[in-house]
This record gives sequence, C-alpha cells and structure tokens, in this order.
Amino acid sequence: MEVRVQNIRKEFGRYPALEDVSLDIRSGELVALLGPSGSGKTTLLRLIAGLESPTEGTIFFGDEDASKKSVQQRNIGFVFQHYALFRHMTVLDNVSFGLNVRPANRRPQAAEIRRRALDLLELVQLSGLEKRYPAQLSGGQRQRVALARAMAVEPNVLLLDEPFGALDAQVRKELRKWLREIHDRTGHTTVFVTHDQEEALELADRVVVMSKGAIEQVGTPDDIYDHPVSPFVYGFIGQSNCLDVTLSRGEIWFEDRPIGLRAASEPDGPATLYFRPHDIELVDGCGCLAGLVTAGRRVAGTRHLEVSLGRTQPPVEIELPPERASSTDHSRVAFRPTRWKLYRGAGDVARGSVQAQSSGIELAPTGT
Amino acid sequence: MALDIGPTPTSAPSTPVGAATSETRLARATLIALALGFVGLFLLLPLGTVFIEAFRKGAGEFLAALGDPETFSAILLTLTVAGIAVPLNLVFGVAAAWAIAKFEFKGKAFLTTLIDLPFSVSPVISGLVFVLLFGANSALGPILQSYGVQILFAVPGLVLATVFVTFPFVARELIPLMQEQGTSDEEAARSLGATGWQTFWHVTLPNIKWGLLYGVLLCNARAMGEFGAVSVVSGHIRGETNTMPLQVEILYNEYNFVAAFAVAALLALLALATLVLKTALELRYSDEIAASRRH
Repeated sequence: MEVRVQNIRKEFGRYPALEDVSLDIRSGELVALLGPSGSGKTTLLRLIAGLESPTEGTIFFGDEDASKKSVQQRNIGFVFQHYALFRHMTVLDNVSFGLNVRPANRRPQAAEIRRRALDLLELVQLSGLEKRYPAQLSGGQRQRVALARAMAVEPNVLLLDEPFGALDAQVRKELRKWLREIHDRTGHTTVFVTHDQEEALELADRVVVMSKGAIEQVGTPDDIYDHPVSPFVYGFIGQSNCLDVTLSRGEIWFEDRPIGLRAASEPDGPATLYFRPHDIELVDGCGCLAGLVTAGRRVAGTRHLEVSLGRTQPPVEIELPPERASSTDHSRVAFRPTRWKLYRGAGDVARGSVQAQSSGIELAPTGT
Repeated sequence: MALDIGPTPTSAPSTPVGAATSETRLARATLIALALGFVGLFLLLPLGTVFIEAFRKGAGEFLAALGDPETFSAILLTLTVAGIAVPLNLVFGVAAAWAIAKFEFKGKAFLTTLIDLPFSVSPVISGLVFVLLFGANSALGPILQSYGVQILFAVPGLVLATVFVTFPFVARELIPLMQEQGTSDEEAARSLGATGWQTFWHVTLPNIKWGLLYGVLLCNARAMGEFGAVSVVSGHIRGETNTMPLQVEILYNEYNFVAAFAVAALLALLALATLVLKTALELRYSDEIAASRRH
C-alpha cells in the first residue's frame, strides 16, 4: 500500500522534531530513513505508525486519511529497535499475538492461527524454535521473531526502527541480505530507520536522507551517492574531503594557486570544494593540489593516504591503487579531483567531472 | 608488573591464585561472625522469645488463649481489614505505578513524592488525620453520622487507616520495575491491534507479576501488623474494634502474658509464612524472574 506523508510537523513540547516534511512511498517499495541521531527519522517512522500524532499535517495510506486512525486501526507491522518481544510468551505465542487479539468475528480459527505462525517462522528460518522463550534466543533470532510477529497481521506497511542496531557486524550483514530477500518475496511496503549509510545504500530502493527535522534528499542509492544536493548529504554519505577555495575569473584557486578546475559561469568569491577520496587522479607538475603524505593505510584493495596540503588546512584523504602509491611517509604527492562539487553558502553552485586519463585533462563543469 | 627484574619468578610472594576477593581468612571470619551475631541477637532471639513465652505453659494453654472470644474476634477483624485493604492497594498501586512509569504529565514528581508520604509520616499522625476528618468535631463526621454511617471506631476507619499506611508498598515495588521495562512492549501490543485492556492483561500484567506479588506480600504483612494508626482510630472496643496487635497490647497490659504472647506468636507466624512463601516462589521461579527482569 502506498503511503503519502503531507506537510507533517511535529513538536515535542516546544521543541520541533519535524518541520514540514512530505514524502511519497510507493507500494511495495523498500525505503530507508537515514540520518544522524536527532534528525527526526524515528519520529517520522512513529508518526507513520500512529505511535505519535502529528502537530500538523496528514498521512495517507492509499487514499485513506490515516492520521485520524489509532495505531490499532492502521494495521501496520512495527519492529522495535530492541525487539520488544513479549518475554513471558513462547516464540509461537509472540508471532500469533496479533491474530489472537483480534475480535472474534475477524479472528481465524486457532488451528489456522497456528498454521500461519508456523509458516511465518519457516519464512524467517526459525522452524523448530517455536517453543522457546525470547530469553533463550540470540539477538539475530529475536530480530527475526519480531519481524515474523509484525508480518503475521498482514500489515499495510512494515515499519522497522533501527532493525539491526543492536547486533554485531557479522549478523547485521547476514540479516541485511536476508531482509532484502524477504522483502522481494513478500512485497510488503517497507520503511526502515537507520543511521548506518552502508545499510541504507545496500538495502533500500530509495533512501531518504534527513537532518535536523527535515528531509535533505530523496533518491536511489546511486542518486544519493553520485549527486548529493547539499553539503550535508555530501559529507554524511560516504567519505569526502572539503576544501575552502576561492573562485577567480571562472577558475578555482586553492590558497595561492589555481588547481586546474574551472567553474566558468560562477562569480568570484569564496566557496567550498567537495570531492571523494577515490575520485582523484595523480598528476605531474603544477596546476593541481599538492602536499605531503602524513599517513598511509592499506585497506583491502586500495591504499588510503592522508595528505597535508598546508598547515592551516585539515588533511585530506585520497585513495589509490596500492601499486601506484608509495607507502612511505613524507613523500610528495600531486593530484586533482576528477569528480567534484562546489558549494557556496546554502546551496551548490557547480560540479564537474573528468574522465581520468593519462593524456590531456578534460574538464566539464556544469553549473546549476 | 611490566618490568620483572627479580632474580627468579619462584621467589615472588605466593598469593592464592584465582581468588578475586583478597580478604584474609581472619577478616572473612570476623565479618561473617558479626553478621550472624547481629541477626541472632536482634532478629532470632526476640522472635524465639515470643514463641517460647507463648508455649511456656504448654500447647493447651496456647490454644485456649487463641480460643478466647475477644481474641478470636481480633483475629477475624485483622483478616477482614487486611482482606479489604490489600486488594484496594493492589488496584491503587498498579494504577499509580502505571501512571507514573508510562505517562508524562505535569505534577508527576509531586505525585511520586506524595506516594512516599505514608512512609515518612508517623503512623500515629496518619490515624489522627482520620480522626480530624471524621471525628465528632469535624465537618464530615456529623453528616455521615446522621445517615447512620460510622467511620471512626468501626471497620471503615480501620480499613482507611490501614490503606493509608500500606499504600506505598505495591506502588513503590512496581514503579522502578515498570520504568525499567519502558513502554515498547505496550506499543508493540497496540501496533499488533490489541485493545488497552488486552494489552494490560496479556502484556503489562505478566511483565510485572513478580514485582506485584512481592508488593502484595509486603503490603499484607504490614496491613496485619499495623499498630499506630489503627490504635488511634479503633477506640479499643473489646471484641469489636481490636485488631491482633491491639489485642496483644491489651492482654500484655493485663499481665496475661501467655495469651499476649500466643497472639503475638500467631502474628509472627503470619509474617514468617509470608516470607517463606516469597522465598519459595523465588526459588521455584528463579529462571522466569531473571528472564522478566532482563531480556
């Protein structure tokens, strides 16, 4: 079922948690709400669930206005960060709970409830554990029980609050892949909250990046990573470097020299240059960024170098194939970003990318 | 530790390996003896004395003392008062703990303090409060009297005083427990479509049942043993408004030691039974209790 959030505002006391947030979630989509703590992502999820009520605004489930309905009437599945399993009930009773509490006229037969619960436990790969209590399960198993319990009521939308937050790295990765498979098989419209960008980019069809109670950007993982619309998104998603630069007659200057990047249509003045560590090429000579390597780390297939561009600037990080980078400290390195973006004050003003080539450097800045 | 420049490792002073606590035997023995001595002197000795005095003239005399009509009515009255006061405080306590642990509202801190009031006020004052409220010179007393409702010097007054004094037991046992458990279990139940009553019955109550049981047991022990507040509102009408603790005092003042200690022994027995029940339940359900405190 599609979910439309329209101009939602939420205040806790006098502190605004969300300001004028609108979001369309398509039917069957897997959407991630991504942001640092305090960005309002969990509040938005709880508003969709009906666990909180909005100060202003409307939420539609399909064509129905859900904002007037209570959480019981909305028929959602909610998975809590710490699972919130009923500790005095067996796994089977936990999963059947949503069906057992239905009024008699909508409640399936006891045998039918049991069959459905067992089917769900099979789906989440917990067959044979139905008689256990939550305390006798591992974290990953509890998480799956929580998911099966939420799916048992055949929810309009499945909402997950930091579903993998309390698990260790290995289990997280497994469950992530597994959740994607479950989603592809069952087709529930699913929204999950995370502060882990890797999780969001890997798992979601679309990612909603939030900051300070507002949505910064909505897009596919590719969009978000390759075309961040604001300095916040650039900085929050993936690794990035930012440098204070100056624009002069269409050329970008770093400290006292041009670095060979052009933003032709832009007026003169200060700006901030963003680029990712892997979007660089090594160059000879000048007209580029140059500095001393202060530290080098080998990370799997690449070498990460920390480069000091000057005493007043924070060091930048670049990534190179190991064979191209010497691991020794204090060697000199000259490079130039191949994909970059220039931000000025509030919004972005220019971005550019070049094909990394050994001969001739082509630059294609595009103003916005 | 980092630099070991001693000649050989074997010359190092040998401390017992694997002992996390490093107290010497003497210190340990002293501490244990102190604790046991204290318990013996201040708890076991007085309690033992009560039973010894009660049976000083044999079991026949003991039973005869309990069979005395006035004493028997005191026992019945105590059971009646506790039987009314404890269920009332069960309901009040759960409601108060629920409100404090699961909701945010103005004056919450004040309410929490207020719940502790009966603990901090002397029981005598608690009793006097009801005399001032319902006494002959109060505003309420004569009005109720004209309708034939007797509060003071009757069962309602005894119940009111007992409820007041024992109010905090259930609530105080439950508040920290419910606060620790948070609200996500209830939210989960509601999100699955459960009504408020279903949520309470199937989720909240099972989560708090052990805490609730302790609270009720303690509340009951105190309700039966309360002296001060009850003494003020009772009026000491023999065979009518004397509870067991009051009866003990009367018998003692009349130098009827065997009877006094017999009633006292029965009262102590009720308290002991409560403790034994609590311990037995803890042993029997220790796994479940541990699981309900931590996930």
